[in-house]
Amino acid sequence: MEALLQHLLNGLLLGGTYALLGIGLTLVFGLMNVVNFAHGEFYTLGAYATFAALAAASVHFFLAIPLAIVIGALAGAACDRVLLRPLRGESIDTTMLVMIGLWIAMQNAELLVWGGVAKSVPTPFSTQPVVLGPLSVSPLRIFVFGVSALLILGAHLVLSRTKLGRAMRATFQDRETAALMGVSIDRIHMVTFAFGAGLAAAAGALLGPVFLVYPSMGDLAALKAFSVVILGGLGNFVGAALGGLVLGVAEELGAGYISSGYRDAVGFVMIVAMLVFRPSGLFARAERVG
Amino acid sequence: MTRAAVLLLTALATAPAWVWNPYHLHTLIMAGIFAVLALSLNLLLGYAGQLSLGHAAFFGIGAYATALLTLRLGWSPWLGLLAAIALPGLAGYAVGRIALKLRGAYFVLLTISFAGVVSLVSVNWMDLTNGPLGLPGIPPLEIAVPGLPPLPLRTKGAYYYVVLVVAAVSYLVCRRLIQSRIGRALVALRENETLAESVGIDGTFYLVLAAVISAAMAGAAGGLYAHYTRFVSPEVFLFTYTVTMVIMVVAGGKGTLAGPIVGAIIFTVLPEVLRAVTSWQWQMLLYGIVLVATLLFMPRGIVPALRDRFRLT
Repeated sequence: MEALLQHLLNGLLLGGTYALLGIGLTLVFGLMNVVNFAHGEFYTLGAYATFAALAAASVHFFLAIPLAIVIGALAGAACDRVLLRPLRGESIDTTMLVMIGLWIAMQNAELLVWGGVAKSVPTPFSTQPVVLGPLSVSPLRIFVFGVSALLILGAHLVLSRTKLGRAMRATFQDRETAALMGVSIDRIHMVTFAFGAGLAAAAGALLGPVFLVYPSMGDLAALKAFSVVILGGLGNFVGAALGGLVLGVAEELGAGYISSGYRDAVGFVMIVAMLVFRPSGLFARAERVG
Repeated sequence: MTRAAVLLLTALATAPAWVWNPYHLHTLIMAGIFAVLALSLNLLLGYAGQLSLGHAAFFGIGAYATALLTLRLGWSPWLGLLAAIALPGLAGYAVGRIALKLRGAYFVLLTISFAGVVSLVSVNWMDLTNGPLGLPGIPPLEIAVPGLPPLPLRTKGAYYYVVLVVAAVSYLVCRRLIQSRIGRALVALRENETLAESVGIDGTFYLVLAAVISAAMAGAAGGLYAHYTRFVSPEVFLFTYTVTMVIMVVAGGKGTLAGPIVGAIIFTVLPEVLRAVTSWQWQMLLYGIVLVATLLFMPRGIVPALRDRFRLT
């Protein structure tokens, strides 16, 4: 029973960051109709940006995270401007292949710059776990979960409450009408992609210190993000947030009770099962973006 | 047949005689194996219009099938090679039946997931696959003439011809298929699925058929690879293989018969040429850039672009 509770808690904490990863991906897909296979690379970029800020520029940990988010968002904006804008109106398959190309290029560029050796990111948190009755959890994980939850809430508020969010939703519902109402379409595309990339970088900046930072860390992250998006239904914001928690818990239970070697198989199996039996996601009736 | 084609065929048929450096011959053999893989992916991506990002799984299943059957059950390598065609074909049928209900990104994700699960199984099922250590000592292919002791093929030259034959057969199978009713049905489905089905083309049937043939061809390439390198490990499931295939097909020209072969030759020879001057990471970086640049500037690929330029048909 105590083991079960511990697994559930670990799963929820892990799921918070999966939710953050998934939301960035689901936004870009739901709003822009771009399948962003390079999503995991923005995650990696965020992690390396944090590492570099701490190691090279000795920025404080709490400042390094927002810095990483900004770098991720800028990279996303550049990627939209250079790669996606010329391809607007092309089929979804073409942009998907371009994103696959970007994924390979970014990952190997990171490998060239940083080398293949995994780096660990120092944090100001104590490694002594906080003990809550039968459960124990590291302070860093609590911090990571808290920041993830805040970022998800913030993203939700931006989308639903601000003028920018309304312009984003309007653009992707009906591009021409939105343009007639004075929305700058190109700008909205760029902001949306930067938004998604920034969220991925945030997840990387937060999880980098929890795990290790290495060039191919984004592959698994992208896969988790896709699992989350499919669990929640493509383009479904609330679905992705809940899907992240579901995946986190399912993985912890799978690793704890089946075999830790198959931990990463949980995501794959969920993708297959969901696509076969419930392709519109677990929460098909929930509110939709776009 | 034009003079150029005769020259090319002669050059291919006599390659081991004038390619002295064994490493260059090895590169040619790998180009042949990748040509089979690219042709197989092209059936799905180029003609049926479905991007499979799990093709390394069929390659790997083929390699493991023949490795396990020859090592554990003592099958003849040729029978193993047949199994390396049949088992991935079956897997292709199963995946096709499930995945081809889906389109676009959903199909892609399902194929990635399939490959991911297969790869994890190959790492974790120690009893069967020997896990990350892999399976060494796979027997070479051998020529058995009745009445004589079997003659194992151990030289690169011999494998070159085996691979050349398999690549040629794959090419002919693809060509025959594309020019048949099946090929026309696939193209019709790619261009407009609703319209195609409304004139009586059974979409599921033809797409699953394409998946089975494609998977079987990828498996054959895997089987050849296993007997050639005589070692398989979970590395055969690496996503890099799938990405390489996709780049070969897209850059060469998807939906053309020559495109994947041209792509396979360029992208096996180019890295070897670059290897002298740069490191492996630069090559992969370049792969990514080439893929993006092709899509931005030459979206139909090298072969169609050359055709337009020289007005060939």
